[in-house]
Amino acid sequence: MSLTKTERAIIVSMWGKISTQADTIGTETLERLFLSYPQTKTYFPHFDLHAGSAQLRAHGSKVVAAVGDAVKSIDNIAGALAKLSELHAYILRVDPVNFKLLSHCLLVTVAARFPADFTAEAHAAWDKFMSVVSSVLTEKYR
Amino acid sequence: MVHFTAEEKSTILSLWGKVNVEEAGGEALGRLLVVYPWTQRFFDNFGNLSSASAIMGNPKVKAHGKKVLTSFGEAVKNMDNLKGAFAKLSELHCDKLHVDPENFKLLGNVMVIILATHFGKEFTPDVQAAWQKLVSGVATALAHKYH
Repeated sequence: MSLTKTERAIIVSMWGKISTQADTIGTETLERLFLSYPQTKTYFPHFDLHAGSAQLRAHGSKVVAAVGDAVKSIDNIAGALAKLSELHAYILRVDPVNFKLLSHCLLVTVAARFPADFTAEAHAAWDKFMSVVSSVLTEKYR
Repeated sequence: MVHFTAEEKSTILSLWGKVNVEEAGGEALGRLLVVYPWTQRFFDNFGNLSSASAIMGNPKVKAHGKKVLTSFGEAVKNMDNLKGAFAKLSELHCDKLHVDPENFKLLGNVMVIILATHFGKEFTPDVQAAWQKLVSGVATALAHKYH
């Protein structure tokens, strides 16, 4: 599965707006993840996951920054996320099902903040893009 | 079986009261067909589904979307007995429509995203969590009679 030119253009253009709220979007995405899918908290026993926690904010920023890296190298996502791919495969070993959950929560966050931009076409592009990102991150699992 | 707290029920009911079922239904089904094009396999007789705008403007999609979401309204009225409420529909989707239950999950998540676009800030993480529980419960209920 690879992104069409149109899909890439949509992603890149929306990222311009999204990146201005990157940190809060990251935090909100994680809040949504932990509330809707409490089982995902099992990967963070070492974190204070209360709303407003510094760790949550820091981690949310990290996650969105990584998505940003993928956007900036949208023609070579595998290259941009190679190190993260190894991290997830050998150290973190987050079960692959969770990438869909995180992706969904990111899309909900973006949809809530940019409803006019999040058209059906944009929705499709973002869903596909996050699916590609997730594939890259689980590529080395076995 | 999924249990809803009093708070979750009231959260769901209050949001549902503000949903334009006709409009949201068309949008939900439309987005399902756009974002997950393989779901078009169930709608060969719907006419022009050749582009996002064709799909979103297609009158059959809108009509069927309204039907689907109206039916979803039954879930909101029967949160304590989703399996009972959807027993007949479950049989229909298995025996007559031959729909893979995975599709119920896809539609549920599309609905959540539409609610997010409609309600913005009001669609807080807590509100989303209640709705994820409901759409997941409906998906399970619709798959319950499969054999």
